[in-house]
Amino acid sequence: MNPDVLVLVEHLRGEVADISYVMLAAARALARGTGGRVIALLLGHQAQELARDLAADHVWYLDHPALAEFTSDAYQRALTPLLREQRPRAALLGDTSIGAEVAGVLSARLDWPLVSRCRSVGADDGRLRFTSQICGGKVMAEGDLPGPTALVAMVPGGFRPDAGRSQQPPPVTPMEAPALEGLRVSLRRYIEPEAGDVDIAKEPLLVAVGRGIQNQDNLGLAEDLAAVLGAVVCGSRPVVDQGWLPTTRLVGRSGKRVRPKVYLALGISGAPEHVEAITDSEAIIAVNTDPAAPIFAVARYGAVADMLDLLPALTAQVQQAKGG
Amino acid sequence: MPYAALKSLLVLLALLVAVGIFAAEVYQALWVNLRRGRPSGAFGQWGERIKGLLIFVGAQWRLFRLPLPGLAHFFVFWGFLILFLTILQALLEGLLAFATPRFILPLIGRFGPLALLQDLFILFVTVAVLYGLYVRLVVNPERYQGSHKGQGVMVLAFILIIMLSLLVMNGVRANLGEDPVARWRPISRAAGLLFAGMPGEAQRIVGEMAYWVHLGVVLLFLTELPRGKHFHVVTSIPAVLLRNLEPRGRLAPAPNFNGEVGVGAVERFRWRQMLDFYTCTECGRCQQVCPAYASGLPLSPKLLMMGLREHLKESGRAHLDGGRQSQAQARVRPLIGGTVSEASLWACTTCYACDQECPLFIEHVSPIVDMRRYLVNEGRMDERLQEALANLGRYGNSFGQSERARARWAQTVQPKIKDARREPVEYLWFVGDYASYNAALSEATRQTAVVFQKAGLDFGILYEGERNAGNDVRRVGEEGLFEMLVEKNAATLSRCAFQAIVTTDPHSYNTLKHEYPTAVIGRRPVLHYAELLDQLITSGRLQFSKKLGYKVTYHDPCYLGRYNGVYDPPRRVIAATGCQLVEMPRHRDRALCCGAGGGRIWMEEGAVQERPSEARIREAANLRGVQAFIVACPKDLTMFRDAVKTTGHEDRLAVRDLIELAYEAL
Amino acid sequence: MHIVVPVKLVPDLVEELVMDESGAALDASAVRLVLSEFDDHAIEQAILLKERSGGQVTVVAPAVEGADEVLYTAAAKGADRLVRLTNDFERGMNNHGLARALAEVLKTLQPDLVLTGVQAHDDLDGSLGPLLAEYCGMPYVGYVAGLALAEGKAVARKEYPGGLAAEMEITLPAVLGIQAAERPPRYVAVSKVRQAMKTATIAETRVAGLEPGGGPAITRLFLPEAGRQAVMIEGSVEEIAARLVAIFKELGLL
Repeated sequence: MNPDVLVLVEHLRGEVADISYVMLAAARALARGTGGRVIALLLGHQAQELARDLAADHVWYLDHPALAEFTSDAYQRALTPLLREQRPRAALLGDTSIGAEVAGVLSARLDWPLVSRCRSVGADDGRLRFTSQICGGKVMAEGDLPGPTALVAMVPGGFRPDAGRSQQPPPVTPMEAPALEGLRVSLRRYIEPEAGDVDIAKEPLLVAVGRGIQNQDNLGLAEDLAAVLGAVVCGSRPVVDQGWLPTTRLVGRSGKRVRPKVYLALGISGAPEHVEAITDSEAIIAVNTDPAAPIFAVARYGAVADMLDLLPALTAQVQQAKGG
Repeated sequence: MPYAALKSLLVLLALLVAVGIFAAEVYQALWVNLRRGRPSGAFGQWGERIKGLLIFVGAQWRLFRLPLPGLAHFFVFWGFLILFLTILQALLEGLLAFATPRFILPLIGRFGPLALLQDLFILFVTVAVLYGLYVRLVVNPERYQGSHKGQGVMVLAFILIIMLSLLVMNGVRANLGEDPVARWRPISRAAGLLFAGMPGEAQRIVGEMAYWVHLGVVLLFLTELPRGKHFHVVTSIPAVLLRNLEPRGRLAPAPNFNGEVGVGAVERFRWRQMLDFYTCTECGRCQQVCPAYASGLPLSPKLLMMGLREHLKESGRAHLDGGRQSQAQARVRPLIGGTVSEASLWACTTCYACDQECPLFIEHVSPIVDMRRYLVNEGRMDERLQEALANLGRYGNSFGQSERARARWAQTVQPKIKDARREPVEYLWFVGDYASYNAALSEATRQTAVVFQKAGLDFGILYEGERNAGNDVRRVGEEGLFEMLVEKNAATLSRCAFQAIVTTDPHSYNTLKHEYPTAVIGRRPVLHYAELLDQLITSGRLQFSKKLGYKVTYHDPCYLGRYNGVYDPPRRVIAATGCQLVEMPRHRDRALCCGAGGGRIWMEEGAVQERPSEARIREAANLRGVQAFIVACPKDLTMFRDAVKTTGHEDRLAVRDLIELAYEAL
Repeated sequence: MHIVVPVKLVPDLVEELVMDESGAALDASAVRLVLSEFDDHAIEQAILLKERSGGQVTVVAPAVEGADEVLYTAAAKGADRLVRLTNDFERGMNNHGLARALAEVLKTLQPDLVLTGVQAHDDLDGSLGPLLAEYCGMPYVGYVAGLALAEGKAVARKEYPGGLAAEMEITLPAVLGIQAAERPPRYVAVSKVRQAMKTATIAETRVAGLEPGGGPAITRLFLPEAGRQAVMIEGSVEEIAARLVAIFKELGLL
């Protein structure tokens, strides 16, 4: 049996996604238990140099023009013969708009079990274990990693991306990509996000609003506070979905990952898809009317209050403190 | 042809033309259009209706809510009736001119006291009309915004001319000795003095000219009558006679056309509703008291009625276009989205101020709800309302919280409140959504429980079995959801043993009292807690140990006050706690709605310039020395607490529920 | 154009979630099932496509509590056919089992397009869409927010993080995982749903034994500790604001 752990590297437009590094760290933890190698699978076209900082024992690189941009059909076709031949103990993919599409198809095609929403994997007492989070983060599921080969779709949170980065470039082995004809999915073009706005990922001070803002008019209260603090307003999914903030201000799994000095989370409950994007903040300060809101688990400071009441008071006091 | 014969001929022709035009318009308006409407129910209680006619038409009761305009209209109205005989006199005089030189009505025409009355009324009507012109041209109040002011001034001018020409006619005839009861007409005689110096023949000519002016304007007025707002002259009596005698808080059931609910086209209205559209006098009293209009939203009950009237006529004309019917109908604007905007329909809080104010009992809330029913059926509403309705459907409350969390507020109450589903109680306390789920309001709810306990009341709640009573769900137009909620609550209630229901919320009070099937509650009383407290205080069961001594003002909730006439019990409770009550200018049936009703608390606020709740707080803040603003509705409590902050009066005015006063005074 | 929308009912997160005695599953008696949010979007997208270019919409749901209401509501929105899959779903059914069952049913339904929610919050063995696609031999694209149909093809807007999107072309028949319909799911009046209950019929299809293979075996299901790591600030709004200003100063913001 092949004890190796394979990782499908996710990359988009020349950048390797953070989840790839998280998975490499997870693979390392798993490989300690299986006694195998960590092998990164990189699919692309003239993209070899993306492998340079992957913390893997080997990188297998499949090059084909049809793999230049991600499409589910091309990736599945490319991976199937390789995986079938290798039969690793586990293959890790991201539970994302790239990995999730591939994982499910491979599971059905190869008849291998699939564990999704997986936060962490590891070896424990000779057993390979997984922990997944479902139901909006409200429920954790633990179990033994199924076999003989398990596909695992991973979410961030269990491992730090740094642990998956390497200073030394790993050895890269070019592999023969199979013929990829008759593909049923093709990419026509990318649609760029709205330009001309601040990049919240670079901002040191963020005032984030969630459902608690209740309506668009109340955004002014958050803008006022941001103005006196020199911060930028951003929001969680419900706020952006309503159109009250542009998508460039979305913080979350499908939005931006931020690393401010201070992240003021107002009226945000703390669903996993949001929290995973703010864990790099130095300090999170959370305000929510629900004392059981999950956000308080990751915040340094918290207050149970209505943000709509607190905002004007806070703005006034900050103004005063600044001597204005 | 001799003049007399010519006169008869002309009068006959003019009469036929005028009556012809009048009849054609009335036929089109009342017969053709009204018949396109749906049937209206049977009208009973004729004794009550005749009495209403005497009070509201005869005594012009509601008009006096604006004292001077009311007085003026009183005189115009009675003048119209009393002076009608002079018109009859003029007509017959003209028609019979070829035969009789100077026709005078038999008996009546020679009755002195009647002549005096007529003369006095000519004066009163003239003064009233001059006052009316002064109001319209000089004062130009806000309530006339959007009304056909030109028409109003024109008709006043007509009446003035009719009065003055009548004076001239009478005056001249008195001078010429042709009036047998001339000595009973002091004012006409005074007018006659103007012409006394003229030779007889000249005076006769003046008299005849006055006659033609008089008759001409009368007949012109007749043709004008069915066209505009003066149609109320014809429709007001049937409107008042056939007014809705159901309890105010009971809406008519939703019209259903093979699954299509509500009114999306004008012929889906009941003919009785259409009669209302014709009866609107454009007086604007409703507009003046409408909280939506005052806040800057695009709703005026008056403009709504005017729009519906125009639409009905437009649609009626297209209807008559025979063969080109579908083409013509296609040119008529859609009812909703064309004549009536969706925004105006959603702006209504159903506070009933308009229906309360209208002198002719026009129902504004009813067509609004009917049109909302159509919109809801089509799924045309804003996201927030959609979410609230989805939550109400799934969880039985608008907050989207589990049913199991409904009675969490009661966990800290000792001793534990009885479960009315399991044991019999005397008073079944229907708590309501806001009082149960809103964390900021649960303290007041707990205090209510304590007050009940201190009064030794045998009461219980439905715990998780309670659902939203459905009052505002119905008024927002989701009739199907309303029915579903009623079914659920009714099923729970029928398994309970209770002798009376008491509610915290006036909205639940209203619908439980008036709209729940009689089999469920039967003859058992439904009380608002203010009524119950009042009863307990009067009977001595509840006694206060302290006199609070605050100076307070009280806000009448719409569904307790206007809808159900419960004005005094809360005031007595306030007095019993030893507080001094200072009334706001707009109180009792003139109280200004907080803006949350009719489902508005579930909707996007919209382009509001000044919130009704903020205007109300400012009104209260103007009362010197008043420390507290007392409410008796959980939605009022939450709306006014917000308003007191946003208007910066937090330090000045404390917003408190009536139950808090009772609790403090225990 | 025949569009099939398979939907799932998932535990309602508004309710408190409780484990059963085994500690490895949710207490079924305490759970209330509701339509998965993304499946609601899938239904909406299907109806929108039908309204734009005609066709037929079939909605398929497994026979669990609440499924009928979901199906009738879909009919009230405009779905043409309703199918309820019966089998012993109470025993526990994962997406692999459901996908296999659906693949059988789709053989008879012969859809041109299958729309399903991109994920459901109780997915532990991957989401339904990719599994179903492969069992049917169809291509799959997920995270679709925006869809147009052309001759034998679908053009989908696939969402990536950070506001980026990709326009993908997929040959039909295909399975698409819907992230968001072009407009939020519409409201349908209760009276219309009740009307649908009277006029619409649900076709029942019994599916062969469901083998829930393909997923992990759970040894423990638990609610994570609401690890209150945060230092909580108490008091009135003014007091909290004052404390926050002090914290801002400590952190060097002021």
